[in-house]
Amino acid sequence: MPIKLEQVSFVYAAGTPFERHALKDINLTLADGEFIGIIGQTGSGKSTLVQMFNGLLKPTSGTVTVNNLVTTAKGVKLKGLRQEVGLVFQFAEHQLFAETVAADVAFGPENQGVPKAEIAARVDSALLTVGLPLDIKQRSPFELSGGQMRRAAIAGVLAMNPKVLILDEPTAGLDPRGRDEILSRIRELQRERGITVILVSHSMEDVARLVDRLIVMHEGQILHDASPREVFAHGAGLKAIGLGVPQATEVLQLLRQRGWSVPEVALTLEEARQAIVAAYHERRERA
Amino acid sequence: MTILAVEGLKHIYRGHDGDTTALAGVDLRVQPGEFVAVIGRNGSGKSTLAKHFNAILLPSGGQVLVGGLDTRDEALLWHVRQMVGMVFQHPDNQIVATIVEEDVAFGPENLGVPTLEIIQRVDEALRQVGMESLRGHAPHLLSGGQKQRVAIAGVLAMRPRVIVLDEATAMLDPIGRAEVMNTILRLNKEQQMTAVLITHHMDEAVRADRVVVIDEGHVVLSGSPAEVFCQIELLESLGLDVPLATKLGIELERSGLPMPQHVLTAAQLVDELCLLS
Amino acid sequence: MSLRHNITLGQYLPGSSAVHRLDPRTKLLMSFGFIMLLFIVRGGWATYGLLGLAALCTILIAKLPLGMVARGLRPILIILSLTVVLHVFSTREGVLLFRWWIIAVYSGGINQGFLLAARLVLLVLSTSVLTLTTSPILLTDAIEYVLKPFKRIGLPAHELAMMMTIALRFIPTLIEEAEKIMKAQLARGADFESGGLMKRAKALLPLLIPLFISAFRRADELAMAMEARCYRGGDSRTKFKVLRYTALDIYAWLLFAVIGVLAFYVSYLG
Repeated sequence: MPIKLEQVSFVYAAGTPFERHALKDINLTLADGEFIGIIGQTGSGKSTLVQMFNGLLKPTSGTVTVNNLVTTAKGVKLKGLRQEVGLVFQFAEHQLFAETVAADVAFGPENQGVPKAEIAARVDSALLTVGLPLDIKQRSPFELSGGQMRRAAIAGVLAMNPKVLILDEPTAGLDPRGRDEILSRIRELQRERGITVILVSHSMEDVARLVDRLIVMHEGQILHDASPREVFAHGAGLKAIGLGVPQATEVLQLLRQRGWSVPEVALTLEEARQAIVAAYHERRERA
Repeated sequence: MTILAVEGLKHIYRGHDGDTTALAGVDLRVQPGEFVAVIGRNGSGKSTLAKHFNAILLPSGGQVLVGGLDTRDEALLWHVRQMVGMVFQHPDNQIVATIVEEDVAFGPENLGVPTLEIIQRVDEALRQVGMESLRGHAPHLLSGGQKQRVAIAGVLAMRPRVIVLDEATAMLDPIGRAEVMNTILRLNKEQQMTAVLITHHMDEAVRADRVVVIDEGHVVLSGSPAEVFCQIELLESLGLDVPLATKLGIELERSGLPMPQHVLTAAQLVDELCLLS
Repeated sequence: MSLRHNITLGQYLPGSSAVHRLDPRTKLLMSFGFIMLLFIVRGGWATYGLLGLAALCTILIAKLPLGMVARGLRPILIILSLTVVLHVFSTREGVLLFRWWIIAVYSGGINQGFLLAARLVLLVLSTSVLTLTTSPILLTDAIEYVLKPFKRIGLPAHELAMMMTIALRFIPTLIEEAEKIMKAQLARGADFESGGLMKRAKALLPLLIPLFISAFRRADELAMAMEARCYRGGDSRTKFKVLRYTALDIYAWLLFAVIGVLAFYVSYLG
């Protein structure tokens, strides 16, 4: 289910004193099954960009084509698109409304017109995928803990079996254990279902660990679009626009500044450890 | 004199499904001018503890003394709350007024401070958090970090002796978190404002003078950041993070490098490594 | 974004014009007085023309964009049209202009319909000018002050004012949240637009329920935050911004008095 953006621009509140160019001339192609990370400061256009993918927002100029459906064409039915491309908003637990968890998770599939028998199966499957026990189904979503509520909300989007899943900061406000659990489930999900997953995040560590492709947004434009390893090599540039690099990379880049011959980038602690040990022994031999 | 003295503090929440013990006997002393970070996973009791500092919650057992005043004494309630200012997690849900400077004035107004003095305090508080240029703004137009700074100013205007931040950075983006942390560090270093930071971001906790780790209603660890964060296995078993630099330092030591001491930040680690060769 | 900027009725536009600088109590009482004038004085084109001119001058002095003020009238367009239509078809005064079966349109009807519509417009304009030139906090201060004498009969003036302030403070925030929730539900296939009245009302539940729950949670947290800052009701509270009358207010009242007298005079002439 490829997504293609061609020269897409988006202006909020055009013509008023609040006018804001959120996206400027974006060109982007996303292929099936990719695990993509999007990073950028608040206001860089990340949220606007992802809302283009499921037609919630239409570009003020340019075209967005999702699976050969051009969202900007006249009279296009976007309801179907919104279920093929699932979008989990930040603080997703705020969308919970039903009397039971099961009813809330079933909301999406019901709107899709999925037959009742299948809905129950989908609800179970979605809950298991996010790691919630099935006996939670008859409880009120509002009795759950914060982390559980968030997972129930994600399950609500997963139950629609989207081919593309976009998660806008799914770990915001969670404690370290909560964060780890959600991220590992997302990674499992991507592997098992082979769907495209787009992760919008503020954590360099998270994207370094998970994604294959990293897009850096800055002031409405795409600054970098490459593998995490290639992107994080631009340490100074990223810091200049208010972002950072994973801590492991930070250590290596500081060592390089002090004359150590280590690689530019380490995506994990283990990589950094190996690189530093090797460089240390090399320096001792030279001395 | 210890500014916050917590002795054998117990707190039990009574629910219709039964009682939950959130705090099972906590002892803690905070000295004036200290910057203490309290960390723990969700449900550990850290937020419950914080709410005892300004008598939002009262002890089920044990006691809490604020500047020597017992929080259980109803007559002293407002003194306690003037002494200990609190900034909460949700930036929006603590701003009362429609304009920044009027919200900062809310606290002094409640205290019955005369108008001229309120004006002075508001000016001063806004300056201390770097928000004077936005004093006439409506709150909904501010970023998360700016809102929290307004909340801090609102607390400062009451001239407290302690400022408690109850997961005040949990909902902020990295820039907002940096704004809040820098403001608190400045207040602590330059004005000796006692600060208690409840957080689960370890990169914030490392900057405190002392770190207290809470789990299941008990204090599990207490010490300087260096002392606490080198206990990697214990912290990870409690569901907490350890700064990567600290872990990396210990891993390097295990790999045979003679690391002299424990580090907390990338910069410190690099310094240590350069000393080695 | 979009909802927030379309609501002009009741939204404050900061400025430093003479109108902005008037004491909010002056503006509040004058708005009220203007509305009283509209209803007491006998309606006529000359009278409403005079009052309309006064309103227009006020708007211009306040440097309010006319488009914005006009947009504030949009919500009442339906009522205005209904007023005109009602009087056109029911009043039987003046010259008969048109008759078809039982429907008779008299010149008096047209005159009356538009006259009453004009009165409604002036009424809304006066409240618009009030809220556009007075910050919500100052407005609530003014209301609290005006209601203070009624405290003796048990009216909780301070609490009412506090409630108003908080409501005003949270309106844009709640609108923002409503937009977010709406988008989240749209992303799950919700349909807020198609179907009959019942279907659409039911479709609003996924929007209203989270919004209500969020509002209650906010109220809880806000109350805690207010208590943490030593709020305990209106007793012994002092004020950051103390309302003070200036010479400007005296001039404004004089002008108002003159216009009021003129209005009465003109109405008796016509």
